[in-house]
Amino acid sequence: MREITASGQTVEEAVQSALEQLNTTRDQVEIDVIDEGKKGLLGVFGSKRAFVKVSTVKNQIEETEKYLQQIIKQMHIDATIFTKVEENHVTYDVQGDNIALLIGKRGQTLNALQYLLHLVINKEGKQYYTVTLDAEGYRGRRKETLESLALKMADKAIRMNKKVALEPMPAFERKIIHSVLQANEEVSTYSDGKEPHRHIVIQP
Amino acid sequence: MTALIESIVTSLVDHPEDIVVTETEEESKIVYHLSVNPDDVGKVIGKNGRIAKAIRTVVYAAKTNSNKRVYLDIM
Repeated sequence: MREITASGQTVEEAVQSALEQLNTTRDQVEIDVIDEGKKGLLGVFGSKRAFVKVSTVKNQIEETEKYLQQIIKQMHIDATIFTKVEENHVTYDVQGDNIALLIGKRGQTLNALQYLLHLVINKEGKQYYTVTLDAEGYRGRRKETLESLALKMADKAIRMNKKVALEPMPAFERKIIHSVLQANEEVSTYSDGKEPHRHIVIQP
Repeated sequence: MTALIESIVTSLVDHPEDIVVTETEEESKIVYHLSVNPDDVGKVIGKNGRIAKAIRTVVYAAKTNSNKRVYLDIM
């Protein structure tokens, strides 16, 4: 991160001069106005120059995309990344050959990589992002699977009138199950155990 | 493979210049040994080894030329 202080007749001029010196554009920097300056009488007497502090911030989203691109390349997977940003949620969608390798059993490789991306994107910079890593629509398919699993297991719990424990899942997968069964008044759900073994229990 | 481990770890630590990855080939497995700056140890291991586990999962998923088992040793 680079940081400089620049001055000008107005705040706008000061910012422009800083951007020129840093050789960058406005969307890549963070601007702090130190002194707004004063026009003074007739622009001559008692005028004060404006001072601004401009610092370049790494584009967290782009940097993380490059990071992901490099890892995928070194895993010898030929793929393209599609990045989607909604407020502070970033989705990287990977499409290409040999994607199964990237997903792994029950998405464990995809989840591990998603966790690493989450760390990298939030390492520097002020903005906090949440990250979803998707590959060939895996998250969507998994969601459908989990929803039907939830309904099936809820039926089982009611039929046997007994608690049913599911296998451990990451938080965002448990959330899918909780929300599916929330509307169902015959069962309640809760999570039990400690990460990474935390799992859902369905109670009639 | 060494390059993959390096690029995963580089963006996680504060002192990327201190990353050392060495490769030792044994009879039935290849052991990669990763060491980082002492200040960065926590950043590659994580709470309850969560980061270390994630790094291993990704590294083990990568295809290798030989069919020997791959093992990643941290510190």
